[in-house]
Amino acid sequence: MTGGSDAPTLVVENLRTHFFTRAGVVKAVDDVSFTVTKGRILGLVGESGSGKSITGFSIIGLVDPPGRVVEGRILFQGRDLASLAENEARKLRGSRIAMIFQDPMMTLNPVLRIDTQMIEAVQAHEPVDRETARQRARDALGKVGIPSPDERLKAYPHQFSGGMRQRVAIATALLHRPELIICDEPTTALDVTIQGQILYEMQKLCRDSGTALIWITHDLSVIAGLADEVCVMYAGRIVEAGTVDEVLDRPLHPYTLGLIGSVPSRNVRGRPLAQIPGMTPSLLSLPPGCAFRTRCERADAACMEAPAITLPLANRPIRCVHPNLAASS
Amino acid sequence: MTAPDTALEPALAAKPQTPFQRFLADFFDSKIATAGLVVLAIILFVAIFAPWISPQNPYDLSKLDIMDGRLEPGTKSMDGKPFLLGTDDQGRDMLSAIFYGLRTSLAVGVTASFCAMILGMTMGLTAAYFGGLVETIIMRIVDIQLSFPSILIALILLAVLGQGVDKIIIALIAVQWAYYARTTRGTALVERRKEYIEAAQCLALGDRRVVFRHLFPNCLPPIIVVNTVLIANAIALEATLSFLGLGLPITEPSLGLLIANGFTYLLSGKYWISFFPGVALLFTIVSINLVGDQLRDVLNPRLQK
Amino acid sequence: MNPPVPMLELRQVSKRFVKRLDTAAKLGNFFGAGMREEVVHAVDKVSLAINPGEVVGLVGESGCGKSTLGRIVAGIHQANEGERLWHGRVIADMPAAEARATELKIQMIFQDPFASLNPRMRVADIIGEAPVVHGMVKLDEFDDYLDQTMRRVGLDPGFKRRYPHQFSGGQRARIGIARALAVKPEFLVCDEAVAALDVSIQAQVLNLFMKLRADLSLTYLFISHDLGVVEHLSDRVVIMYLGRVVEIAPADDLFRGPNHPYAQALLAEVPRLETRRRRFEPVKGEIPSPLDPPTGCHFHPRCPHATERCKREAPVLREIAPQRWSACHLNDAT
Repeated sequence: MTGGSDAPTLVVENLRTHFFTRAGVVKAVDDVSFTVTKGRILGLVGESGSGKSITGFSIIGLVDPPGRVVEGRILFQGRDLASLAENEARKLRGSRIAMIFQDPMMTLNPVLRIDTQMIEAVQAHEPVDRETARQRARDALGKVGIPSPDERLKAYPHQFSGGMRQRVAIATALLHRPELIICDEPTTALDVTIQGQILYEMQKLCRDSGTALIWITHDLSVIAGLADEVCVMYAGRIVEAGTVDEVLDRPLHPYTLGLIGSVPSRNVRGRPLAQIPGMTPSLLSLPPGCAFRTRCERADAACMEAPAITLPLANRPIRCVHPNLAASS
Repeated sequence: MTAPDTALEPALAAKPQTPFQRFLADFFDSKIATAGLVVLAIILFVAIFAPWISPQNPYDLSKLDIMDGRLEPGTKSMDGKPFLLGTDDQGRDMLSAIFYGLRTSLAVGVTASFCAMILGMTMGLTAAYFGGLVETIIMRIVDIQLSFPSILIALILLAVLGQGVDKIIIALIAVQWAYYARTTRGTALVERRKEYIEAAQCLALGDRRVVFRHLFPNCLPPIIVVNTVLIANAIALEATLSFLGLGLPITEPSLGLLIANGFTYLLSGKYWISFFPGVALLFTIVSINLVGDQLRDVLNPRLQK
Repeated sequence: MNPPVPMLELRQVSKRFVKRLDTAAKLGNFFGAGMREEVVHAVDKVSLAINPGEVVGLVGESGCGKSTLGRIVAGIHQANEGERLWHGRVIADMPAAEARATELKIQMIFQDPFASLNPRMRVADIIGEAPVVHGMVKLDEFDDYLDQTMRRVGLDPGFKRRYPHQFSGGQRARIGIARALAVKPEFLVCDEAVAALDVSIQAQVLNLFMKLRADLSLTYLFISHDLGVVEHLSDRVVIMYLGRVVEIAPADDLFRGPNHPYAQALLAEVPRLETRRRRFEPVKGEIPSPLDPPTGCHFHPRCPHATERCKREAPVLREIAPQRWSACHLNDAT
């Protein structure tokens, strides 16, 4: 499980996506950089307003006005998606990169049969005949664990349960055997046992086909069980990154520390949770300097200046001038 | 939903205080709606103050001179006053006639729509709250009524009732209440399922209080929107009926009657007798609809934060 | 173990939602369309007793009827069958004034921090309406009472003239809690009360619930799909599946060793911070539609231990050890 010698599937460098609203400029994604390698799963964790979803939308090119990617490079297998011609970039995004949303109906058309949609999706990017495309759709459905795919192909989206619909959406995303899949909270709306099934399929897919995965979620526990690396986002920036074990067992950033303490678990049963004071900030009125400053117990005068990325430990980039370097519990 | 993050919500402090202030700020965000509101305000001003700002009283026969009949816009009268929009066949100043006509049209339209709103809202809330047989009866009447063309219902009623301001208002109420009833019931059914209604029930607040303090105020926005559109419809319908000669009596002319009055001269080049009342009617209805459209956008819960 | 009298008790409570045929469907049936009335047994003969000061967690997946059960406990839904008792007395048989006083003692906290607050009322009215209507607070003491209630849940009383939209999700959740606390309840039903909140805000609200429990000696029925939250808060846990209770156990015992196969499957699927890059081994199958539940034991199509008997016969909830109840035929074998 120690990739790294492989060429990275996706490199995001200094990405900035801003929304130019009536009330002011919202820096939804502000100087975000990360790398995803073949066959590995990167978790992008953050609360609402952290910019994690907008980061995903920026990669797949789904940022709508008043939002715009204002700066940065998105290198997919070495080619910068931002500098490619629009139709070229769209082709890449349609076939080599796929996105799965929290609501599968973002992908599925409610008035068309599953086979119609999936065959169209195949033929949109590859010149194959209908029967080959249908075969491909059937295989994809089988791959995500849908029983009797032949019958299911003839159904409409509303005839499926929520979990099944999400599987169909995933199967649609798999049709072109993409090298990168961006998953935006795909299991948040699902029940625990169904979430388990989907996580199982995604993990298997990643291992078997070497697809790289970006898993966007607010749920640290899911990331713990699924991801290899994790980036923690706060107010549009990555505040801490590293492997899952390092970040969860030895969080350096006070925000990560607080977030882990906020998760109810058997270790703190019946005792108060270590809560982060205050509320998630509005991106329109961020405090100057470190955005977490107003909720952080370590904050002092040094935090009035926006912290740059530092490496207090090897391979552990964080944005904090007071990292938690004490030995972890 | 997968809408972009909630952090795009503007800062709390920057937001105006009451829902009404927020509503105003959103409303004036659209230039065209603001323009519509300005036009509507002018029209309302003219309609309300017509007796004081009109150059002459168009229905005081002693002030009319048949010799001034059918003068072109801008020509001067026998006693030197200019007729800005010309005169009709009886020598009546068209500008004054339009001012008075607006007054009648708006009064009839607004009165009828408000009465229809009260009736329709009561029926709609009753249907949504009681359910069962009451709901079935009310809503089937609504269905039947909405399946007839409104002009047909109005024509039949006027044929039975006869002419007069009160008669046409009754006809317009009869035509319009069903729209209000249906809108109110639909909204009330949606709102009734929301958790704040359950919370009010859990606090044992009593049915009447829940309906009037909690349910009803939250049903108002769509009704207000329907109301603006239906006022415009009422004015147009009244104009149509008057044009057909079934509407208001000649002693209380509305815009529709003025248009009908000039219709016979339209082909002989004397366009202004019909044309200017028509323009006034157009501006009235368009401005009301612009305001209504913006109200719908601003009050739409799906677009609201 | 015979606790004196439970604070709140449900006896064999059932709730059905029936979608009746309308005239069009009846007409269709006349021509042989074969449409049936759709009946959902949202809650199917559930019995439950909660003692004073307890926190009972109610867990289950979508369609299991946990929210409906919560609304029956809170008095928002009326059960079709069964009784609801308060300190051993059937609430439905109480005189009207006493029944209302009892209903006020049982309050509910809702899931949606947006839809659960009336958008057209100021916070002062949202919180203060019920105590004023019920004459629980004199008008000249109202302001003090309101300030005190708001401070108790961590809200600044200076915001009482504001409307719900001017608050963040976490603050709205606090307003909902203050609204319930304002009528001095003894029992709170929390229906997914923290599910819509961000993790850091969720921790704040969970801590608030625990503080209130200590300060006001409240009793909770805490409904959640999130086993982590339930494990953190609860003394006892009730697990439901498709309208029926499958297991009731003290939290410690349950999380150490669940008895019912569904409880085992559910607990195995809970994502935890401690388990890294695990191999997910999911329970097979879908959650069946509550419109058409399987025969016998509802869980048998997904159960790895299912036998012929499970398909025919619904297991009853039996006490398998002190304080532990489970509805599974496998327990008969031992």
